[in-house]
Amino acid sequence: MANYSVLLVAAAIVISLPVLTLFVITPLVRASRGGKVKLEPYECGIPASSLAIDHRFSVRYFLIAVLFIVFDVETVFLFPWAIRFKQLGWFGAIEMGVFLAILLVGYVYAWKRKVLSWV
Amino acid sequence: MTQDLLLRYLIWPLVKFLVAFIIVQVIVAAMNWVERRLLGLMQARLGPNRVGREFGIPWGLAQIVADPIKFILKEDIVPSSSEKVAYFLGPMLPLIPAFLVFCLIPYGPPPTFVVTHVNVGLLLILALTSTGVYGIILGGWASNNKYSLMGGLRSAAQMVSYEVPFGLSIVGVLMLCGSFDLVHIINYQADHIWNLFPQLIAAFIFLVAMNAENNRTPFDLPEAESELVAGYHTEYSAMKFAFFMLAEYSSMMVNCCLMVSLFFGGWTMAINGYGLTTGVLRGMGLLGGILGALIFITKVMVFMLMYIWFRATFPRFRFDQLMDLGWKWMIPLALANIAVTAIVVLLGDQFDFQGEVVLSIAGAAIIVFTLILLLRPRAKVTHARRVSEA
Repeated sequence: MANYSVLLVAAAIVISLPVLTLFVITPLVRASRGGKVKLEPYECGIPASSLAIDHRFSVRYFLIAVLFIVFDVETVFLFPWAIRFKQLGWFGAIEMGVFLAILLVGYVYAWKRKVLSWV
Repeated sequence: MTQDLLLRYLIWPLVKFLVAFIIVQVIVAAMNWVERRLLGLMQARLGPNRVGREFGIPWGLAQIVADPIKFILKEDIVPSSSEKVAYFLGPMLPLIPAFLVFCLIPYGPPPTFVVTHVNVGLLLILALTSTGVYGIILGGWASNNKYSLMGGLRSAAQMVSYEVPFGLSIVGVLMLCGSFDLVHIINYQADHIWNLFPQLIAAFIFLVAMNAENNRTPFDLPEAESELVAGYHTEYSAMKFAFFMLAEYSSMMVNCCLMVSLFFGGWTMAINGYGLTTGVLRGMGLLGGILGALIFITKVMVFMLMYIWFRATFPRFRFDQLMDLGWKWMIPLALANIAVTAIVVLLGDQFDFQGEVVLSIAGAAIIVFTLILLLRPRAKVTHARRVSEA
């Protein structure tokens, strides 16, 4: 565990870096004139017709996120097996094959329902 | 006793981390200039070559210093309609893991050139790098700008899609090496062969996925200038924009380090235990360590230049093409690679042959075949002919 201790201290340093630059150093030296027009959201230089919050976005982004969870968990399951793969031998490989086969059924289903294809 | 422990586990690693961090950040700052300059040369123009001429600094090298100064001095604009807390968190979140990962990368032979020897280093690196997407989607959403939102969503969908093949391509390497420890993986390659050969498909998938993860051309849809202004960082100016840039280049660097450690033998230059293995480098003392670190950095720089080369070469994908490539090609390919690796290695155990050698020969054969295809003599198209045809 001692090997991890440096990570904590390094994390503290690394977190303090952007915080210090953003809230201490740059406010001291940066130019600051303000102005109402400057603070408007950018839309090709004309007054913004609407804000992003007024709009909806495609549900496909959400589907992609859901699919990602499934496949990322699969990857996480594969990692420990891969480490002990040579010791586990055929037994482990077949077990993992069954697991992947179940997952592949879902994958093919998603493919056939056109979840994977955009547009 | 406590002092010894403190020195061994905290002070020394911290000093090493800071040194490595500063070197990496200098390289990252320089990469910006190198990229613009190289792109200029590749596109038959000059690129930045002016800054610093008054002080006798050649090739516009002072650009490296001028850019950060300008970032600090510029006015910091916070759009009035933005979601303030998330808007400030946006650029900081991707920066922190991208910096912290440099603790975990082995730059040279241990113990001197390894910051801290963590036995699940690779897993920790993957966990840290995959949090980068939070900052981008948060920043894109908090700006409350339509372009930013679209860019952030696209970026999140893309990074998340390619996270899967990214992870799956590593599984093949883990199966051969049997460890999450990067030092072990590198030593294993020195004792056998670069993982590039037995895991050629995985290396290819990794290369594509790391390009997509970092939103680099040909996968730079989140920042597609022609449609989304600048994507998720449209509303960010001054230092906050610089944070996004720094995070992007740092994670490029991290991915190159991973590529080199996983597939190209890290700091070693050896096959089957012959050549510059960890043992040989250690035998040479500090000099050997520095040599190892230099080999590592050289390999990493080759891949950094490859990023730029790709940017100059490939046109941008369309979004549905990008998703198709990720979900319909890369994932099945990565799974097939895992299955083939497992079957060949296990058959090798069963029938007493070296499965990895078979895989290596297959990989080498693919490389040779591709090279022959690429380098075969073709009818030369002269400039005059091209002009007359046009």
